[in-house]
Amino acid sequence: MLLQNFLEESAYKFPNKVALIHKGERLNYQQMDEKSNNVARWLRSQGIQRGDRVAVFLDNSIESVVSLFGILKADAVFLMLSPTLKTQKLSYILNNCQARALITHTSKLYVVSGIFGSVSSLQFVIFTGDKGKIPMAHCPLPIFWDEIESWTQHSTLHTQHAAFSPQPHTLNIDLDLATIIYTSGSTGNPKGVMLTHLNMISAATSIITYLRNVPEDIIIDVLPLSFDYGLYQVLMAFKFGGTVVLEQSFAYPYKMIKQMVREKVTGFPGVPTMFAILLQMEDIKKYDLGSLRYITNTAAALPVEHIRRIREAFPQATLYSMYGLTECKRVSYLPPEELDRRSGSVGRGMPNEEVWVVDEYGNRVGPGIVGELVVRGSNVMRGYWGDPETTDRVLRPGPIPGEKILYTGDLFKTDAEGFLYFVGRKDDMIKTRGERVSPKEVENALYALEGILEAAVIPIPDEILGQAIKAFIVPRNGYSLTDKSVLKHCKKQLEEFAVPKVIEFRDSLPKTSSGKIDKLTLKQEIEDKARFTLLNNGENK
Amino acid sequence: MQLENTIRKFIEENFILEGDNRLGEEDSLLEKGLIDSTGVLELVAFIEETYKFKIEDEELVPENLDSIKNICQFVEIKLSSTATLQNRITAAR
Repeated sequence: MLLQNFLEESAYKFPNKVALIHKGERLNYQQMDEKSNNVARWLRSQGIQRGDRVAVFLDNSIESVVSLFGILKADAVFLMLSPTLKTQKLSYILNNCQARALITHTSKLYVVSGIFGSVSSLQFVIFTGDKGKIPMAHCPLPIFWDEIESWTQHSTLHTQHAAFSPQPHTLNIDLDLATIIYTSGSTGNPKGVMLTHLNMISAATSIITYLRNVPEDIIIDVLPLSFDYGLYQVLMAFKFGGTVVLEQSFAYPYKMIKQMVREKVTGFPGVPTMFAILLQMEDIKKYDLGSLRYITNTAAALPVEHIRRIREAFPQATLYSMYGLTECKRVSYLPPEELDRRSGSVGRGMPNEEVWVVDEYGNRVGPGIVGELVVRGSNVMRGYWGDPETTDRVLRPGPIPGEKILYTGDLFKTDAEGFLYFVGRKDDMIKTRGERVSPKEVENALYALEGILEAAVIPIPDEILGQAIKAFIVPRNGYSLTDKSVLKHCKKQLEEFAVPKVIEFRDSLPKTSSGKIDKLTLKQEIEDKARFTLLNNGENK
Repeated sequence: MQLENTIRKFIEENFILEGDNRLGEEDSLLEKGLIDSTGVLELVAFIEETYKFKIEDEELVPENLDSIKNICQFVEIKLSSTATLQNRITAAR
């Protein structure tokens, strides 16, 4: 079984069923399958080989979904890159995995034009969008999406005459890589999580099992496909033959709500920041969302008060609290019937997966004791691309000879019945909005601003984000910096989620005996302050 | 023109446009990667404060806010309807 079989089997079973709805267009399974077959044949005709990496740098769109299946059908490995990536990181990633081709949109030219000449592996760039917007001098050998689509017609004609199977012939087996997903690394550079077809099929199957998805399900997806949570909405729906209502973003919540009403959406995956905005909307209850069967949350735990209000605003829907990390997609989910008793828990391992908490020697610990969470299952990644050392630290021998289990680096404890409670990170990575952010990456970005003498980035507790990013800054003599000027600089350098939320200017920062910035003292200050506030609030009551 | 300049200035100062390409009047703020849900709320707060009217939740749609042109049209319509309302109130008194 291969990942693209999800689409192929649904196209066989439900050819005329709507698979994808986006910006007023509705494509059925047969159309999606044909479009991706043609992309696959075209990629092959251009010399793309089994195992080659092909990057997709697009906003959520029909082309992004067609591309990912087309790439798989060509036996290649797809990369869904965040549409908010900046030039430097895009170039790093494409070089790191030696991408052979890039599929992007003419509106992204302002980022993409900066990589030409710096990524030697890249053989061609495919542009969707408005042809007129490409100044040819900018791009060596641009290819336009509509050329592939018209090439398509030619090849379909050819297929009809030849009367052979319309599916491109594949050599891959389920141990081959399907995707590489880049995630923050502690050095400041992103790491590529290698996932096989088997990894992804296993994760999708487990999640579908506990969500009890059926072909009648209609899922609204406002999450970027570069985020595995957004990507899996499409993969899973294509597996069970459902329909995905794909939106470009959550920026306009009312647009999403109206789509949910119009399309009679049954499943709504969200993250805490989205729910916080929805709960601020005054008249949300007046919309008829009677079809909504379930809501899922992941990335960070929901505040207990938000859980209560979400259930009040959407009484018809069941709420699933979940937790995961890119290295294995999903770790756990809280069965909805447990929500009242254990609202602070992220639940237990999903079907066909085993999870437990270990001490520093790798021994299983009992309830109430904090330790590192480990994950055992077919959903666990193959490692980090081109980084065997980090891979060996994270994937370690499991109970059966030769097998590897995942050491997540996330600290957890369990209750007497084995339900999991998140405690924090083992390393100094910050977990904000469900994204891991390396303090080093943010500090590097800050140091690139002239006028910053010293910078230290640490996490602070945040009800909605899980953790928020705080930057302590010591300005150079003679420079006057403001929050605004620093933030503007950060926004240019970093993806949105990695931009600090709080900035504090200081005359100096505490140092360790070896002269490094003493982050532990800074963290301690924040904890003391939080405790003080808590105490004061307690007294006021 | 005054209106367009004010809006453009706010967007260019608060959201980051990579490279030196100028934001076209009809360019989508979303597609240019300039704005997300927090950005939309910042933009809304700015418009409400500058032009002294309230934007209803339902008006938070790309048709009203996703390009400089859309924003200008929306603000003009809102201002003229507020003005009409003001005139009626004055007349009724």
